[in-house]
Amino acid sequence: MTEIQASLGARKIVIDPVTRVEGHGKVTIRLNEAGEVEQARFHIVEFRGFERFIQGRMFDEVPVIVQRLCGICPVSHHLCAGKAMDVVAGVDQVTPTADKMRRLMHYGQVLQSNALNFFHLASPDLLLGFDAPVATRNIVGVIEAFPEVGKWGIFIRKFGQQVIAATGGRRIHPRLCVPGGVNQNLTVDHRDALRKDIGQIIAWCGLALELHKSFVHAHQELHATFASFPSSYMSLVGADKRMELYDGTLRALHADGSTIFEDVKAADYRDYMIEEVRSWSYMKFPHIRSLGRDNGWYRVGPLAQVNACAFIDTPLAEAARKDFMALGHGGLVHATLGYHWARMIVMIHCAEVIERLLYDDDLQGTDLVVTGKRRPEGVAVIEAPRGTLLHHYTVDDNGQVTSANLIVSTTNNNEAMNRSVTKVAKDYLTGREITEGLLNHVEVAIRAYDPCLSCATHALGDMPLIVTLEDADGAIVATRVKE
Amino acid sequence: MTAKAIQFTVDGIAVAATAGQSLIEACDDAGIYIPRLCHHPDLTPSGNCRVCTCTVNGRQSAACVTPAAHGMVVENDTPRLTDDRRTIIEMLFVEGIHPCPYCVASGDCELQALGYRLGMTAPTEAYLWPRRKLDATHPDITLDHDRCILCSRCIRASRMEDGKTVFGFEGRGIAMRLNVDAQGGLGETQMAAIDKAASVCPVACIVIKRDSYRVPNGERRFDKAPIGSDIEARRRPSGSGGHRS
Repeated sequence: MTEIQASLGARKIVIDPVTRVEGHGKVTIRLNEAGEVEQARFHIVEFRGFERFIQGRMFDEVPVIVQRLCGICPVSHHLCAGKAMDVVAGVDQVTPTADKMRRLMHYGQVLQSNALNFFHLASPDLLLGFDAPVATRNIVGVIEAFPEVGKWGIFIRKFGQQVIAATGGRRIHPRLCVPGGVNQNLTVDHRDALRKDIGQIIAWCGLALELHKSFVHAHQELHATFASFPSSYMSLVGADKRMELYDGTLRALHADGSTIFEDVKAADYRDYMIEEVRSWSYMKFPHIRSLGRDNGWYRVGPLAQVNACAFIDTPLAEAARKDFMALGHGGLVHATLGYHWARMIVMIHCAEVIERLLYDDDLQGTDLVVTGKRRPEGVAVIEAPRGTLLHHYTVDDNGQVTSANLIVSTTNNNEAMNRSVTKVAKDYLTGREITEGLLNHVEVAIRAYDPCLSCATHALGDMPLIVTLEDADGAIVATRVKE
Repeated sequence: MTAKAIQFTVDGIAVAATAGQSLIEACDDAGIYIPRLCHHPDLTPSGNCRVCTCTVNGRQSAACVTPAAHGMVVENDTPRLTDDRRTIIEMLFVEGIHPCPYCVASGDCELQALGYRLGMTAPTEAYLWPRRKLDATHPDITLDHDRCILCSRCIRASRMEDGKTVFGFEGRGIAMRLNVDAQGGLGETQMAAIDKAASVCPVACIVIKRDSYRVPNGERRFDKAPIGSDIEARRRPSGSGGHRS
């Protein structure tokens, strides 16, 4: 924690870096002379540049290049870019083997990433306490206090990574997608090894959910109100509005559960969404076009995936979904900490889908790639672990990328994360002596969204880093510019 | 001189060669791998990458253009030569742009494979960050100048095997560049995907379109064995292939 004493008695508190999130970000909280929170912001200070430097590269390179955005969610970018390049390659339907190989990899990725967030990053807060001693408020502390929970986390994540390696050759930055299909099927050896463990993984996911529910039942008021507010939600859904994480149509709901839009195809996203740039963050602020800048923000991720679907087509996850949705008394669930519960439901769903796929002989098929007539543009959407991920590319006649736009999951949650940070700051910090434990409350709110900051900042241009120190009236006291 | 009448040693190993063989050819036959980049067994040697430089009778000499001679004493696998070769590889890496993590040739690239074999962990020289364009004008082939290491394999293959003059060098020294014989790019040349010149590139400079990433991780050429392993597999503990004297 860094605390800056400004002139005129105002204070600016900086949490830098925010810990136990993917990537590097910081929070600034401005207090007035009375010690009241005036403003809180979550800044993404990483900078990537992928949208610019893939320009000029061949379109079939893109799924492999853009996954280097991130070491946590490379699979999501690989598959989303792969789907977009199917469109560019003139392919509307890949073979069953290709489709199922990609799905298997994707559900392995969502499983392992959700396990990483819940067990490794968030469970220290939930199991040990938001203001537990910082030296033990980590995964090692969890393993010491709850050895079984630590084991579940490590082995569920490991299994998800093994699924990725079996489908793409390695656990991080795998290679599976080529335009129009995939480069391999699932070997019988890999299939049998994964079949052996999947039952245990499903069981552990269920036990972890029950553990989390016991936390919620013991802290019902906290769970319902912490960093919470009503919001809109957006997610992919499949046929009959079932939960669908790999390929479907976009559905967005108002906070009261009524429909903003649905059945929206990826290619039509610009008719429904628009992005805004604000001067103090490298991350863009997307919002729903029809609702405008102030009201068009929404939330994505596990909470949105569960809120937006009508049902889940795997039995254990569906039972868990019904249990969870009871929190909303017939409406949507808006609890920000509910992201964790929803994340566990999605984990169970992923494990069930993986089991279903492992008994599907199409995964051993040999028809891997189809071809088509090239098109100049490709758009694709996928539900990444952190929510809706969109890739949009244009390609010239030679096959070289001319433009790219990536709207990543964390970017979609930008406004919501800032609102959560502000709410927690006002609820917990106003008029109190600021301690590390209290500041961790702000980070707990951010961790619920499981932001991936590496992915969220990928634009390139002249964007100098500007640090501004403001007094209680908002007047600039000092400015430093790093070109 | 009769067949295999030429006898010499490489790192103390006796090697037999036939008249007209180069040092690198004789060593290949004997199962002794000399690292190389510009040399290709189907093409006339050019001796321009210098990776295959050995010490021959106490003097530095490129093995691909050095005729095998009776009685010569050759050093190949020594710490100093390995250092020299690694330095050449490191300079090639920083002179172009070689993003192994996502390059289409990764796992099948001779430059990358040599980097691994010679123990290159990171380039020690400053990156030059050239700004060259990718030529995708040909319907079946891309020509990525960022990846070119100026080995001249494509030039020799086009002229000697394909009977064309698609490629040539322009400029000198650090300004030397591969160019094609048409102002509008590769698409305006006589190049065809079945040409020898399209299949001899050791890196990802000349790539057949639509084939990228079709070979899965673990199945690529150098995933299974280090570069040179195929040559070293020819060597037997004893017999005609060569033995330590």
